[in-house]
Order: sequence, then structure tokens, then C-alpha cells
Amino acid sequence: MLIKRNPNGIDLPFSSEITPQSVYEGRRQFITRMAATAAVGSGIWEMANREAFAQDAGQKLAARRNVALSTDEKLTPFKDASNYNNYYEFGLDKGDPAENAHTLRTRPWTLRIEGEVKKPITLDIDTLLKLAPLEERIYRLRCVEGWSMVIPWVGYSLSNLLKQVEPTGNAKFVEFTTLADNKQMPGLRSGVLDWPYVEGLRIDEAMHPLTLLTMGMYGQVLPNQNGAPVRLIVPWKYGFKSAKSIVRIRLLSRQPRTAWNDSAPREYGFYSNVNPNVDHPRWSQASERRIGETGLFQPKRKTLMFNGYDQVSSLYTGMDLKRFY
Amino acid sequence: MAVQLSNKQVGWVKAALFVLALLPFARLVWGTATGSFTDPLAAITQGSGEWALYFLCITLAMTPLRRLSGWNWLVKLRRMIGLFTFFYALVHFTAFLWFDHFFDVGAMLTDVVKRPFILVGFIAFVLLIPLAATSTNGMIKRLGGKRWQWLHRLIYPIAALAILHFWWMKAGKNDFAQPILFGLIVAVLLGLRIVWSRTKARAAARA
Repeated sequence: MLIKRNPNGIDLPFSSEITPQSVYEGRRQFITRMAATAAVGSGIWEMANREAFAQDAGQKLAARRNVALSTDEKLTPFKDASNYNNYYEFGLDKGDPAENAHTLRTRPWTLRIEGEVKKPITLDIDTLLKLAPLEERIYRLRCVEGWSMVIPWVGYSLSNLLKQVEPTGNAKFVEFTTLADNKQMPGLRSGVLDWPYVEGLRIDEAMHPLTLLTMGMYGQVLPNQNGAPVRLIVPWKYGFKSAKSIVRIRLLSRQPRTAWNDSAPREYGFYSNVNPNVDHPRWSQASERRIGETGLFQPKRKTLMFNGYDQVSSLYTGMDLKRFY
Repeated sequence: MAVQLSNKQVGWVKAALFVLALLPFARLVWGTATGSFTDPLAAITQGSGEWALYFLCITLAMTPLRRLSGWNWLVKLRRMIGLFTFFYALVHFTAFLWFDHFFDVGAMLTDVVKRPFILVGFIAFVLLIPLAATSTNGMIKRLGGKRWQWLHRLIYPIAALAILHFWWMKAGKNDFAQPILFGLIVAVLLGLRIVWSRTKARAAARA
């Protein structure tokens, strides 16, 4: 058998078969990338498994990211954002909502919008999902208790919805009412708050593009414990201002009563803008623990005015934010 | 029926109690080290505060329990349980100084003075220090039994301050079930002492 060799008797590969040097030298990087891909893959697998046990089965919710309104800070793990919740209708401990909220029926669900509007309307959740293009927005979330997270929400600006009902000239405030159903919400037995949970915004706050009507997070439908099927996210205010599982939105000529303000007016004002210079009576608001980041061995993160959303400051020009806390 | 234990048996009970009393602390360390707490700083602060309160109630229960049961050996456990009260209060205070102020003592003191809720907790902790410091046999001898006993009655105002601290902490959420429960426990434990000292005084007057 004739074996063809080149003249100096050494088998040489075609030049096209030679691994380019850059690739060759990048092999470690390649391996790292493969490992990273595997890690991400297993992360997704883990998430998928976890979701299999969760009630809502993590139904996907496609959305285009709004980069302009998103932070590039590191996301809080989904596990933390969906297991560390304040949702008193399902219990007072942080883990209670994740454990108890499976009793919440999110379908069928209707949202009524009424009050100082020309066209009051009742929408079901499917109509609501199609009312405007869904966006993903990565917002900082600052809880009044002194901790914070970074969460990719899915929804659209509340103004999209409010424009549809055509607010009258008298509409100065917007009131949000959370479902209160004894059969679905074991926490209603506690007298912590006067149910239903009611929150409110001034109309210009409600119409601000940052104010998000939210149906999902982390690319999927909201878990029940995070306020499914539809909630508000007002990123420059303490988390409790962002009402969960909303059944009614009312436009009003006067400032509505709000649940926490009713319960402890000295501690929770109507505005409740994130403000490092205005303390809670029982603790300072100058800094915060970022969940999943702040450990024992570094100081806490400084809290930013309006939670870093400076674009809302013009809403409050001339207002004494110490008085209107 | 009064169960009396030998010194050796009391030693075993004490050792077992020592290990048990450390379990809540071990849980805090374990939960933090393994990352199973979502908010470890809050978990440590809350957990240590709760256990300081539990041990305070157990400390106050020792004497009534001994009187009612006749188990005189219980008095031999009292010091250790009292020291565990101090230990969990110390962890609680350290958590506050560490996590809330990152060891900035000036900022910590400003915070203490500014907030009545923290102030009462702080006073309760400071008052525990002389009690822990005088808990040795040597100190009892040096102070003399009577004076030592007077000093250690500080535990009564400390208990009242601790309940107030707990009450105010829960007040923001109108969540008074636990403050009421622990307030009642402390009231009963202190009330029994008042009743007993009155009957003793009356008996002494009659004699």
C-alpha cells in the first residue's frame, strides 16, 4: 500500500486544519465557558425543578427588556425573591407567603377601574396581559425594613391602563385595593391591618413611566406569594406602597386612606419615598442590606435618595419630604 | 413530690442543659455559614433577641419553680441559665453594633439616644453586665450575700425593660400577641415574689 508522504517524510496537515493560535490559546477560556454553561444549565434545571413543586409551575411570560429603565446591578436569586416576602394576607413571617399562597386563585381574575374616569372598565387578566407590550424592567426594590433586592419585573407602565379609562379633571389620586378573601388568605384572621390592603399614589406618581403594572418576574408569571396575578411596582418608594394581587383601582379627587398609614401613621406616611435622610422611628434608613450580597464582613450599602431613581425628584419640587414622609 | 438529686445527677442535668442552651446559637452560626438564611443579619439579630427573652423568663422562673416543686437542686442551675440570658443579650447587642453600625460606637450611641425602643433595650443590656460580672462565688463572698442579693434584684427592672423593648418592637405591626404573652409570664413570675414576700413579712410581724 502506497502511503503518500511529503518530501521530508513528515505528515503535515493542511494549513486549514491547523487550529488558529488564538483559539488554541483560548482553550482554557473555552473550558471555563463550557463549565459556566453547564453551571447556568444546572441552575435553570434547578429552577425548573423548584418550579415543578411551586403552585404556578413558572409559566413563561415573554417580554422585551427596557434597557433604559433597567439597572445593570446583579439580580437577586429567584429563590430569595420568591421565598422572602412580606404579604401579610398569607402570614407575618417572611417564609409564610411562599408556604401559604398556593391557596390564592389567580384565574379567573378581574380588575375593576372606576371612580373619577370617563370610561370605567372591568378587565380580565388575559385582556390585561395584552393591553400593552410587556416589558422587562430590572428595578431595585427597597423594603422599609432596611433590606433590598434587584428584581426583573414583567409588565408595562400603569399609565397605559389609566389612559384607557380617561381620568376626569377631578382625578387627583389613585387607590389600589388588594383582594381580601378569608377562604384564600389565612392571614386575614390576624388583626395586624385593617383589610383589605389599600394603597395609594398621587395621579402624577401613578402616571410616571417608572410606575409599573406588573404581571411577571424573572421571565415568568408572578408567583402567588409575589402578588399574582397583577400588582404594582413603584421603585422609588418603599416596597409596601406597591400593592399586590390588585382587584380594584379607583381614581379619586381626595387622598385615599392607606393600610399602613392607618395602622401606624407615625411610621408609615402616605408618600413613603425611599429617603436616606428620613429615619423610620425605630431605625435609620441611611443604609440597607442587599439580599444575597451584604454579609457579616462588610458595611451595609448606602441607601440612595428615591432609591436611585432621580428622575422622579421633579414630582416633589418644593415639598418638605421630612414632613411628607 | 419533691425529687431530690445527688450532686452527681445535678452535674449531668447541668451538662445537658448547657448543650441544649447552646443549640439556638449553633443554629444561628450554622444557618449563616451555610447560607440558608436569606437575610442572615436579620436572622441573627432576631434569633438572639428572642432567646435572650426566653432565657430571661426561665431565669426568673427558677425560684418560683423551686418553691412550688420543692426541687431545691434547681437553684444550682440558676446561675448558668442567668449567664445564658446574658450571653444571648450580648450576641443581640453585638449584632446591633456590628450589623447596624459596623462597630462605629459613636453612631451606635447616637442611635441609642435617638430611639426610645433601642434605648430601653440598651439599658437592659447594660444592667445585665454587673450581674454577669458578679456571678462567681468569689464575687458573692466579696460583696457579701445581702448586698449581692440586692444587686441581683436588678433582674426585675431588666425584665420590665426587656418586655417594653419587645413591645415597642412589635408595636409597628400591631402584633401584640407575643408581647402580651411574655408580659404576662414576667408579671406572674414577679407577682409571685411580691405575694411571697408579703406573706413572709406578715408572718414575721405575727411572730
